[in-house]
Amino acid sequence: MSVTQAASDDVLIARIAQGDRLAMQVLYGRHHVRVFRFGLRLVRDEQVAEDLISEVFLDVWRQAGKFEGRSAVSTWLLAITRFKALSALRRRKDVELDDEAANAIEDASDDPEVAVQKKDTSLALRKCLTALSPDHREIIDLVYYHEKSVEEVAEIVGIPENTVKTRLFYARKKLAELLKAAGLERGWP
Amino acid sequence: MTAASKKMLEQEPGEMEMLLPFHAAGTLNARDARRVEEALARDPGLARQYAVIQEEYAETIHHNESLGAPSVRAMQKLFAAIDAEPARKPGAALNLSAAIAGFFAKLSPRTLAWSASLGALALLLQAGVIGAVLVKNQSSTFQTASLSTGAPITRDLGAGAPPRALVRFAPEARVADITALLDHYQASIVDGARGGMFRLQFGSTPMTKDEVAALMSKLQGEKIVSLAVSTP
Repeated sequence: MSVTQAASDDVLIARIAQGDRLAMQVLYGRHHVRVFRFGLRLVRDEQVAEDLISEVFLDVWRQAGKFEGRSAVSTWLLAITRFKALSALRRRKDVELDDEAANAIEDASDDPEVAVQKKDTSLALRKCLTALSPDHREIIDLVYYHEKSVEEVAEIVGIPENTVKTRLFYARKKLAELLKAAGLERGWP
Repeated sequence: MTAASKKMLEQEPGEMEMLLPFHAAGTLNARDARRVEEALARDPGLARQYAVIQEEYAETIHHNESLGAPSVRAMQKLFAAIDAEPARKPGAALNLSAAIAGFFAKLSPRTLAWSASLGALALLLQAGVIGAVLVKNQSSTFQTASLSTGAPITRDLGAGAPPRALVRFAPEARVADITALLDHYQASIVDGARGGMFRLQFGSTPMTKDEVAALMSKLQGEKIVSLAVSTP
């Protein structure tokens, strides 16, 4: 994210704190897709992820006056999203997913082995990214897709900065193992 | 065997290889980015790993982008919830610093930057005037604080002065819009931005009362002007 947009996000939050509905619409328009995708990767259910973004932005509406600007607004949003997603997961911990929900999660495309056989390494890589543990998926998404720094990931996930680096390393190592098991060698590790 | 390769065999991540993903995403500070660049240049094993990381980086973005976007239902639900929230009383519970922050928050970043530049310019001019006065007065060795020139201490407000106005621009006004307006009216800023108001001077020749009234009316009709008041 550019410095200009980060500064502009801060201005929007200040306006939202004053009850400016239009500023809320602009902030929502700017961030809701990324918040949705981050939430969806955590909860793996589109309906739950949609409910999640409503809750996240409602929290922003209510808490904007308390935002101190010590981190970027996008980092704050992802931290709230993560907290809400984990709460949602805890709520449905004992609830079995029905077949319909399971089908919604499962990708109908080829599994990693078939993808490799078809020489589609790109697809195999994406399938293996999906197969990672929630912790590993989360850290890879935050660093690569949401382009968060070590310090920002530490703030969002609530872990020390060194743990951010080592967790990402082991997530990548696990990814390499999954790809190797699917018959795809990439020369590392 | 390179340092990075040894580390890989030992299965202990080295500092540089742990920073590689952040380097690929461009989120390292300048110092760490330079260290990683230097390490990549001297360690082929690390460079191979970096190539793998760039592939992961691209596919992670591709994968996330394929997740789609939420339906409009999420937004409807959010704004219905916001509408149901108790109404806020803006300013009622605000302290002075919050009120000041609120005022600046209402200005667009460009207007804010523009106002700051004008403020700095005004300070510079003021410093220049003070400096010039000091230099001019250096020739005299002694001077009392009493007024000795006999000149009037009030400004000449005679008919010879071009018209001036206090103008407040709309918060969404951009620098380009304001510059265009100043050009159009052959106006210049002679003071600003006190309380969000700028003092403008129009042209260099005096105007009649009717002409000034017409000018104010026209100015008030401008989209980026929220207030225009004639002033001496």
